[in-house]
Amino acid sequence: MSLDIALILSVDGLAAAAIYLLAGLGLVLVFSVTRVIFVPFGDIAVFSALTLAFLEAGRTPPTIALVAILAGLTTAKECWQLIRQRNLSRLPRILLAWGALPLIPCIPAVLAAGRDLPPAVAVAISLGLVLPIVPLLARLVYQPIADASVLVLLIASLVLHFLLSGLGLLFFGPEGFRTQPLLRGGINLAPGLFVSLQVVLMIATALLLALLFFLAFEKTLTGKALRATAINRTGARLVGIRPSMTATLTFGATSLLAGVVGILIAPATTMYYDSGLIIGLKAFVAAIIGGLGSYPLTALGAVAVGLVESFASFWNGAMKDVIVFSLLIPALLVRSHYSSHSDDGAEEEV
Amino acid sequence: MTDIFALEDIHVAYGKVEAVRGVSLSMQAGTITSVIGPNGAGKTTLLAAAIGLLPSTGAVRFKGEDIAHLGVEDRVELGLCLVPETRELFGEMSVVDNLMLGAYARRSARRRMPGLLDDVYDRFPRLAERRDQQADTLSGGERQMLAVGRALMSEPQLLMLDEPSLGLAPLIVIEILDIVKSLRHEGVSVLLVEQNALAALDCSDHGYVLESGELSFSGASAALKADQRIFETYLGGL
Repeated sequence: MSLDIALILSVDGLAAAAIYLLAGLGLVLVFSVTRVIFVPFGDIAVFSALTLAFLEAGRTPPTIALVAILAGLTTAKECWQLIRQRNLSRLPRILLAWGALPLIPCIPAVLAAGRDLPPAVAVAISLGLVLPIVPLLARLVYQPIADASVLVLLIASLVLHFLLSGLGLLFFGPEGFRTQPLLRGGINLAPGLFVSLQVVLMIATALLLALLFFLAFEKTLTGKALRATAINRTGARLVGIRPSMTATLTFGATSLLAGVVGILIAPATTMYYDSGLIIGLKAFVAAIIGGLGSYPLTALGAVAVGLVESFASFWNGAMKDVIVFSLLIPALLVRSHYSSHSDDGAEEEV
Repeated sequence: MTDIFALEDIHVAYGKVEAVRGVSLSMQAGTITSVIGPNGAGKTTLLAAAIGLLPSTGAVRFKGEDIAHLGVEDRVELGLCLVPETRELFGEMSVVDNLMLGAYARRSARRRMPGLLDDVYDRFPRLAERRDQQADTLSGGERQMLAVGRALMSEPQLLMLDEPSLGLAPLIVIEILDIVKSLRHEGVSVLLVEQNALAALDCSDHGYVLESGELSFSGASAALKADQRIFETYLGGL
């Protein structure tokens, strides 16, 4: 392999790493705050990519119907709960929070359908439409079993993935879509090393969002509350941090991350209704390298996964996924060597 | 005068085992009330039920209103605060972050955050020295100070302390109980649960004795200390 090829593969690898970094951050965030391994992350990314593709094609994105159905189901569930608790004074708040608020992003989407939209507007509408999906799903699926074991939550996640993948087929159909690049052209970094602006955008977005996450967690009281919930749930409740609030915030941030991943990846890869699982699984490898708890190590894991995938696809395209997932073995060996085993039981007791 | 806090016929069960059986107590604003009793009497369970961490039956009244249907977070918002025996600090976060989170649920406390932080640092100068240190690197006494400091950040109206002296050196116990006593003058009511009966009765106005999940004695702390039966059972061995 010449240096030129190695450099090209490295750039490709870093572009992929940017995707896995965002997805990995989402997985670590959700797990540390709620103990949910959010398998359907990739499915949400697919929804955002396909929504953008529909808007670009001048069609009404079926995501609107999905959001409306989820909002309806969630509101019904919440109202039923209030009626059972005979606590009807909270009804207007619930109707507003779960019935009306998630539908707000649907309005621009309905208005925009069929029009020729500037790319930035189409992206904003797609992100807005995807934003309420994960908080709604979490309220419907995870909140009633929030105190269940990690295994039960994982099984619920797997079921949710298959359900969302099926809904993707129902709403978006079986054909694949690729969206327009958000930026065209590129820069010549060196003779023979052309980097497209789309790749620069992917890497820059990932770095910027990672930085924003860091600042939000370190500098704001709400960010500290999320961290506190991840560290000590009982302690968090004792200072008045509501687990349902932190969960909704966490899932909202995850929805946004998944949306961004979908928008960034769609110009580079043809997206199908079921393309999500593989994105989620590779990000999961990055998150496992970070022990599902450390953001810097997850970032490192994402770079490792991206580079390994890129080089593996050059040497043996058919084996690239096998090679990427093989990264789990040394990662788990090292982790199990350095972690104390008594933690396993403690985690289940939470 | 209305009681600031009252428990009425509280029952708490772990499965079929009833750990607290029909306990009723009341306390007036700005007073310190202690609950003493042997290990396993149900003192910690009683406090956990009072803050809403454990489900219970019976009424929990705060300023006359029954708040038994409210969750922990709602009770904290109202001005109740529990410092549990296990401290429940955020170990991987700094001292100052722990303290700031103490003010999280109370809007008024959030607004006065810098002033409240200074107050806590004045009370516990050692926390000021360690403000950027991670909570899990503190000593036992410093952790207890941080737990009490974090609770004070919420400007509580009722502070519940579960075994604040547990595992601490005698000098630090005196320091912490002195601070508890000083809270009385600032209008904070304190419900103090202690195994160290003498120390608890010394700093409280009123006392309750809990045995096997039921109240056996109650009265002014001085009277309890003078009571021969209580002295022999709980204080004689000290």
